[in-house]
Amino acid sequence: MSLAQPITRAPLPGPAIRQRDAPGVAMTERPPGERRQWFAQRLEPLMDRLYGTALRLTRDPDDAEDIVAEAVAKAWARLNELRDPRRFEGWLFHILTNAFISDWRRRQSRPQRPMDPEAPSPDELDICHFTLFQQLHQPFLLWWGNLEEQFFQNLLEEDLQRAIDALPDAFRVAIVLVEVQGYTYEEVSRLLGIPLGTVRSRLSRGRGLLQKMLWQQAREAGVIADHRADTHPGEGGQQP
Amino acid sequence: MSGRPLTCEEVIEQLFDYLDRELDGQQAADIERHLHRCRDCFTRAEFEKRLRARVAATGTAEAPPRLRRRIRDLIDRFDDEDDATR
Ligand SMILES: [Zn+2]
Repeated sequence: MSLAQPITRAPLPGPAIRQRDAPGVAMTERPPGERRQWFAQRLEPLMDRLYGTALRLTRDPDDAEDIVAEAVAKAWARLNELRDPRRFEGWLFHILTNAFISDWRRRQSRPQRPMDPEAPSPDELDICHFTLFQQLHQPFLLWWGNLEEQFFQNLLEEDLQRAIDALPDAFRVAIVLVEVQGYTYEEVSRLLGIPLGTVRSRLSRGRGLLQKMLWQQAREAGVIADHRADTHPGEGGQQP
Repeated sequence: MSGRPLTCEEVIEQLFDYLDRELDGQQAADIERHLHRCRDCFTRAEFEKRLRARVAATGTAEAPPRLRRRIRDLIDRFDDEDDATR
């Protein structure tokens, strides 16, 4: 079997970075026209990720466009703070994240427009640590085929987006910051102003809930037949 | 290399910390050593890694032409303002 690839946290700069991005050449020292061109060139390949990240954070296409535009405006205004031009990407995404978080806090402090009106406080929810893997990986089902493989092959992008968007805000934001954006728990703790333990608990509950929703979606879509041991003991389920 | 090898329970408990790159080099190496030997944990880790990659991929979505236009206009205007301040 193939071995697990070692994981290294390395949001490395892309190959397009050129010598003129070398640190030490302050942005303010460049002629305005060159600065604008430099900015536009580096922004262009990041647009889909900026928008996608903003969309996962906000869940709303209009809001997502607004925070991307806000982040771009702020980045331009603060370009002289960018000490190392090779860090442009991480720096810009950090500005985007902060733009979202300030906006999110503003909305949360407005009682007439809560983000999750009917949801209880996520930190009080007792979400069991549901694991999709355990549902799919039933030894007595192995004769029937690889359910995990079947699950992934049938998992549509839009279903996954829908499940992520349906998570309570606090869970969704923690998952997006860590799994989509690659922030460390410590960074998330600082960004959101919550203790490290709360970051962990939101991630763990969010993942449990996400996996449970994906499992339910798969069953409702008929991708996964109801053939768990507790429903059809000993039978192993129906053939598709 | 640390002394005692990890049990499956310990590996599963730390699996997300490992996938989230929250473990130090030694801890990650201990997990990897177990994953190389244990098919159950390896299969579980591969499953979570694959799901995680799918979640990460939702962070990319085609920026609408309207947004691209808006950003272009923004940058054009910034340049004017920038020139004006000089
Ligand atoms: Zn094991």
